[in-house]
Amino acid sequence: MSLTNYLVLASVLFTIGATTVLLRRNAIIVFMGVELMLNATNLVLVTFSRMHGNLTGQVMAFFVMVVAAAEVVIGLAIIVSIFRTRRSASVDDVNLLKS
Amino acid sequence: MSAALLAAATQTVTTSTAEEVLFWCLAPVMVIAALGLIFARKAVHAAMSVIVVMISLAFLYVAQDAPFLGVVQVVVYTGAVMMLFVFVLMLIGVDASDSLVETIKAQRWIGWIAGIGLGIVLVGVVTRATYPSMTGLATANADSNPVAVAKVIFGDFVFTFEVVGALLVTAALGALVLTHRQRLTPRIGQKERADARVAAGGSLTPLPAPGVYARHNALDVPALDHLGRPLEESVSRVLRIRGQELGVEQFQAPALPSATQTPTLEPGTEDQA
Repeated sequence: MSLTNYLVLASVLFTIGATTVLLRRNAIIVFMGVELMLNATNLVLVTFSRMHGNLTGQVMAFFVMVVAAAEVVIGLAIIVSIFRTRRSASVDDVNLLKS
Repeated sequence: MSAALLAAATQTVTTSTAEEVLFWCLAPVMVIAALGLIFARKAVHAAMSVIVVMISLAFLYVAQDAPFLGVVQVVVYTGAVMMLFVFVLMLIGVDASDSLVETIKAQRWIGWIAGIGLGIVLVGVVTRATYPSMTGLATANADSNPVAVAKVIFGDFVFTFEVVGALLVTAALGALVLTHRQRLTPRIGQKERADARVAAGGSLTPLPAPGVYARHNALDVPALDHLGRPLEESVSRVLRIRGQELGVEQFQAPALPSATQTPTLEPGTEDQA
């Protein structure tokens, strides 16, 4: 089995995540799509790390995980505060700037 | 170092059959679960399918000579991030379903076409590219994967590591600030409640129980105060309203010699009254 299989799997996962972001309206599900994309990138990094015999890729994936954790904390806090003021978790309802 | 790398590169490293089996078992599960993110109606189901994808990814990391990342994947992503997602789902309503109103015309079809197009481009590029033969991480992981990763993190990437630490602290503070709720009315605690009760002029102590020191110990018999007078409020309000209270007069203490003495009570029990 060549390592390309991992890369194809990661591409498919990334595509599904991106499509989720484009299609879904619920802000939390959209956010989970972003997380799926980050995970797919991590898989690519780990695979390339193994392909080249260099651990830098794994370290990059580790940093991606940490940044994703920080991003999730802030993003969910934003979603919660929007929900408190607007009583909605739909990305379409946040349209105050459009008048 | 480069000599070791070259030596490793010359060896032909291939994936094992077990890894192939693992990959072909996990990959369909992961893709189906990821598709659940697009098609699931309830947000909780989407969260569960993402958890499936993330745990499977942890397996794949371990299979790819990255046990440290596999553990971090389970701990950070499945344990912390997805827990946070599920927690927020509980907080802002599980049944918040998608609206079907299209704010952008034909957004659904554009989204589908863009997604499929992106998939075709990505898979096409990935499959058609030429890769070097697999080096494998046997030499890099010579003294265990976590040790080798730690050497890279605290060697080449130590500044990045510090910056990421600052980022995490900032994110925690930001989350606190963003979810902070300004208190618009003063907090009402025990002291404020007691003050309000005193100001309203109500009884500060619990009401006396019915039947205390009376000749009958029953719910409908009012208690007697220290002067032998019946206490009207000791009988339940319901009984008083219904008129089921026994008459006050028949249980009153016998004629009082003076207003300061309590003829029906023993001198010792007077303090308790």
